[in-house]
Amino acid sequence: MNQKQIIKNLPYQKPFLFVDEITEISENGVTGNYTFKENEFFYEGHFKDNPITPGVILTETMAQIGVVCLGIYLLKDAILSEGKTTKIALTSNNIDFYLPVNPNEKVTVVSERVYFRFNKLKCNVKMINSKNELVCRGTIAGMLVI
Amino acid sequence: MNKEQIIVKLTTIVKPYIQNEEGFKNMSEETDFINDLEINSANLVDIILDVEDEFKIEIDNDSMEKMLSVKATIEIIQTKMNA
Repeated sequence: MNQKQIIKNLPYQKPFLFVDEITEISENGVTGNYTFKENEFFYEGHFKDNPITPGVILTETMAQIGVVCLGIYLLKDAILSEGKTTKIALTSNNIDFYLPVNPNEKVTVVSERVYFRFNKLKCNVKMINSKNELVCRGTIAGMLVI
Repeated sequence: MNKEQIIVKLTTIVKPYIQNEEGFKNMSEETDFINDLEINSANLVDIILDVEDEFKIEIDNDSMEKMLSVKATIEIIQTKMNA
């Protein structure tokens, strides 16, 4: 399964799809990126007259690239052969934030698999900005069922 | 390892994941992880991984599906340890 097919198999769409590109993927991890557009829906309210990407959206971006894209890759044989979609649920996350992300910033998410067992995928995930500075990092886990 | 020793170890393992304190206080062989302790399915996976580490055994998918109660879990641990 190539990176375009993985993105196509994601259960999200605008305005809640936060994956532009997958640049590296293997059984052990994934790297991908997203550029926050100036007109993202949440900038209108976060914050008043001072648009900054909310931490929950950064977490969501890390989860979509780092856990869900990787999960789809790990389940690719079943998805391709049975033509089914993946049911997913976030089950836990623990993230520390270091730098803000402004509109028009491109962020890269790097995720390493901790384990994928009994349908639960747990990853160590970090986000870096275009200056290669750490934006946030932590662990995210979810359940993935075909 | 006997049943009582396994229950003591299991009690420590499940403690961080329970929602139902009352069920946890009364934890016995008859306790069901989901109905009595209100543990969610993601945390059930954590418990099984902790059981593997604690008892130095490997749990396969078939065993995992059966590990929904203290009783079934003790049986699986004992079988695997004696294998």
